[in-house]
Amino acid sequence: MSSNYGLEKVWLWGVSLIERLISWLGLPYIFAYTIEKIIFGVALLVFIAVSVLYLIWLERKVSAHMQSRMGPMHVGGWRGWAQTIADMVKLLFKEDIIPSKADKWVHRIAPIVVFVPSLMAFLVIPFEKNLIVQDLNIGILLIFAFSSIAVLAIIMGGWSSNNKYTLLGGIRSAAQMVSYEIPLVLSILSIVMVVGSLKLNDMVAAQSGDGKFWFVFTQPLAFILYLVAGTAEVNRVPFDIPEAESEIVSGYNTEYSGLKYGFYMLSEFTNMLIISMVAATVFLGGWSAPAWLSFLPGVVVLLIKTYFIVFILMWFRWTFPRLRVDRLMDFGWKILIPLAFLNIFIIGLRMVVFKW
Amino acid sequence: MTENQINTTKILDKDGFETMYLNMGPQHPSTHGVLRLGLVLDGEVIVKAEPDIGYLHRGMEKLAEKRTYQANIAMSDRYDYVCSMNNNFAVALAIEKHLGVEAPIRAQYIRILMAELNRVVNHMLFFGFFAMDLGATTALVFGFREREQVIELFESVSGARLTYNYFRVGGVARDLPSDFVEKTKVFIRFMRAKLKDYDNLVTDNVIFRDRTEGVGKFSKEDCVGYSLSGPIIRASGIKYDIRKDDTYSVYNEFDFNVPALENGDCFDRYLLRMLELRESLKIIEQVLEKLEPGEIIAKVPKVIKPPVGEAYVRTESPKGELSVYLVSDGSANPYRFHLRAPSFINLQILQKVLVGVKVADVIAILGSIDITLGEIDR
Repeated sequence: MSSNYGLEKVWLWGVSLIERLISWLGLPYIFAYTIEKIIFGVALLVFIAVSVLYLIWLERKVSAHMQSRMGPMHVGGWRGWAQTIADMVKLLFKEDIIPSKADKWVHRIAPIVVFVPSLMAFLVIPFEKNLIVQDLNIGILLIFAFSSIAVLAIIMGGWSSNNKYTLLGGIRSAAQMVSYEIPLVLSILSIVMVVGSLKLNDMVAAQSGDGKFWFVFTQPLAFILYLVAGTAEVNRVPFDIPEAESEIVSGYNTEYSGLKYGFYMLSEFTNMLIISMVAATVFLGGWSAPAWLSFLPGVVVLLIKTYFIVFILMWFRWTFPRLRVDRLMDFGWKILIPLAFLNIFIIGLRMVVFKW
Repeated sequence: MTENQINTTKILDKDGFETMYLNMGPQHPSTHGVLRLGLVLDGEVIVKAEPDIGYLHRGMEKLAEKRTYQANIAMSDRYDYVCSMNNNFAVALAIEKHLGVEAPIRAQYIRILMAELNRVVNHMLFFGFFAMDLGATTALVFGFREREQVIELFESVSGARLTYNYFRVGGVARDLPSDFVEKTKVFIRFMRAKLKDYDNLVTDNVIFRDRTEGVGKFSKEDCVGYSLSGPIIRASGIKYDIRKDDTYSVYNEFDFNVPALENGDCFDRYLLRMLELRESLKIIEQVLEKLEPGEIIAKVPKVIKPPVGEAYVRTESPKGELSVYLVSDGSANPYRFHLRAPSFINLQILQKVLVGVKVADVIAILGSIDITLGEIDR
């Protein structure tokens, strides 16, 4: 295994410092543990917030350059880097409108319900071997469990706004996300079979080192299925049916304004980050790099891989038209799910027959 | 939700469940302006659709009666603001027919040049908006980028970028700038190269095909029955183009095909416009070769007072048959000025074809008809 430990050394040094401090104070270990997790959590939140702001800017720049435009150029000086910050500040100061006939409590809670689970999924992603909030043994399952909660929030938002367009958006997203969760999980299942563990660190370990290949090469079908289902899971073109702008205005978040709308938008990009990060970890070897790249810290390696997937997702978005609802369901149930089962069958056969 | 016109009593679907009434428009991202569609939905399927127009009504036909004949050309820019040159053309021809004036040959060529360039603009915008309606955002920007080139050409001859007001009774307002021919040739080369990109990006796209093929079929009978015109009927297999079949100006001097397709679905309507665009480029090239120096405007009296009577002129605008019916009582203003607006008449089939399709297809079908609200409501 290559030694891509950069940030981890700093973190472990900090951890040992805290533990020594706590034991010097004569307090039980649980205090040290709590403080460590809180520090990590806050650092993670900052990282997510910054990445998401950056992602929104990146999306606008990528789309602009694909469309022979410039994109944001003025705010902040260099290539409009502060555009998203300015947008967020603007959203912060906007009047928060709750429609008079809305189900007020559900309407208020929905943006939180959508945003929190998307943050929770980061808990189990290994940035480096020990740079992880909690290396749970149900890692990948936890991520999918949390990402399915987002459906609930979208239905809540769509239903509570008491608007026909949001209702349509909510119903569409319920149908879509529930049916695309199945191929998403099934595509990962073949990896879990090979690795024999749900821990993400074990998956990284199974791909790095001599004679081991990234799962994208050994199980390409699973990767494609994951990417397609993942795109649908985060509601991006060509599967952005729940918020199909030209059909149902803005879908489930039509009636939201101000920071609540901002939460929906942020969670959308957070989900994209999650999907890409999981893809990078599970299929592209995570934080591990080939030996000749071992000078790079693991975090950087992971981010490079993540942004590669993010770029692919953006590329999809600015190239493809949108599928129609019924075709989307057909595609999910009649093509993706059988293919996912086929993939599991092939991998199972390979494991039994070739012991590979 | 206003209660007038549209019957809002609950319509039950076939299983006896209540349906939902969805008010699509007048403020909606893809109703191409301020069209309102009253949709009765059973889930995502349309049970009943009623287009409601009039949100952009400016009373232009009445206003025309208070304007002189020349001023009416200026106002015709505002009918269908996407293809002002074609509107100019129709009105100018109608007044000339009434007066019995004929424009000099150079003016005729310039007019055809402008009309065809504007057809390119219209189809480019159609390309962009149609793809946008289906969710392909990039195509919109491409469409606008190519349009920009033509708009610059128009700007160089007329000084305006949207309402050109370039045609005059008996000719055109100004002669072409010296570098116009060269620039147009550059544009044609550019456009031909770009058309390949469009085929790659949109025409051959699997999802685009899936969204458009077999969607919103217009039968030949419906096309004739609803008196549709333009690219829509040609996509349904009726090879009818006024430029060829009831030729006007000097269109008979040019060699071009009238493309026709068979299926009459959204994809054919899209493809037909792309084919037509290529034919337009061919016409433009021929015009550029034939252009010779000469007069650009015929001798016309300052105050136009046509004899008592009426005139009717049919032209092929990019959207269909644009006709002008003009009645004169011998004064300086028209007694009646009627416009047969292609968008208005083409829109009428919507009520029939929307029944039974999905919400997403409503947008696709509406986009494929290619309407401009400025022309519908006038």
